[in-house]
Amino acid sequence: MSGLLSDELLSNIGRSAPPQRELVTRRDIRKYAVATGNRQKKYLNGDQAPPMFHVPLFWDIVELDQLTPDGVSIDGLLPKFPLEKAMAGGLRIEYHQGIFPGDWLTATRTLTDIYEKQGRSGALIFYEVVMDVVNDDQQLVVREKTTRILR
Amino acid sequence: MNKATRVARVETIKPGDKLPRRAFKPDNVQSMLYNAVLWNGHRIHFDEPYARNVEGYPGLVIAGPLLGDWLHQCVDEWLGGEGTLALIEYSNRIATYVGETLYSGGTVTACRPESGEVELDVYIENETGQVVTPGTALARFPGA
Repeated sequence: MSGLLSDELLSNIGRSAPPQRELVTRRDIRKYAVATGNRQKKYLNGDQAPPMFHVPLFWDIVELDQLTPDGVSIDGLLPKFPLEKAMAGGLRIEYHQGIFPGDWLTATRTLTDIYEKQGRSGALIFYEVVMDVVNDDQQLVVREKTTRILR
Repeated sequence: MNKATRVARVETIKPGDKLPRRAFKPDNVQSMLYNAVLWNGHRIHFDEPYARNVEGYPGLVIAGPLLGDWLHQCVDEWLGGEGTLALIEYSNRIATYVGETLYSGGTVTACRPESGEVELDVYIENETGQVVTPGTALARFPGA
């Protein structure tokens, strides 16, 4: 481990953003299904949410003055990293239950890991954010882990 | 659908089986609607002068999660309601732009009829045959 990751930075591991509770509506499902070019009637009619519907359901909604000039909202869960150029990251999504109109779902995002690796052209910082989506019975519906790489 | 039919489906699946390939040609309207549905205000997806002149992209960037969604659709259509997508992993490796034609597809890599589990490789490919978004998935067929 080199000196890129200070103890202060690493102390952010385990931090969670405030839980966000949202209602699934038929109209939002239909809009998502249409916009993604889905071809299945059950989704286009809004009878059931297609996989990945948790992405639009829990995208951060911030006020206009909290967007950067390029239109991006700043992720308050993340600390300031000593490297900032983002490279391709990855997603791992577990699906445990279907999502239907009328469901209330709660998402909690946690910064679960920060680590460093030596790449071909220098040090890379990896961080992982896990978003758990549960229903009102606290049953896990979707778990999404995002891994991002900074150089 | 009865249990016997479901078991029959998973028992017909073999490693090497191909998932149907599908072409996508997203335009400005689809890109705008997709990012609006997400509430994604990132200008590289809808403001072409900004994307070209400020960020130096050759056009409007197709949002990474949209490519991820197409991987899901590839598996979900192939399942045809007979099984469920349990897990998917993917990464966006190469940027894609409005105007390109992209293709989704996949291959069965492992099949375990006794547990009802099927493993898949999935991809989004660009017109030159480069895999821009590789992934793997695990599907489960009930009743096994």
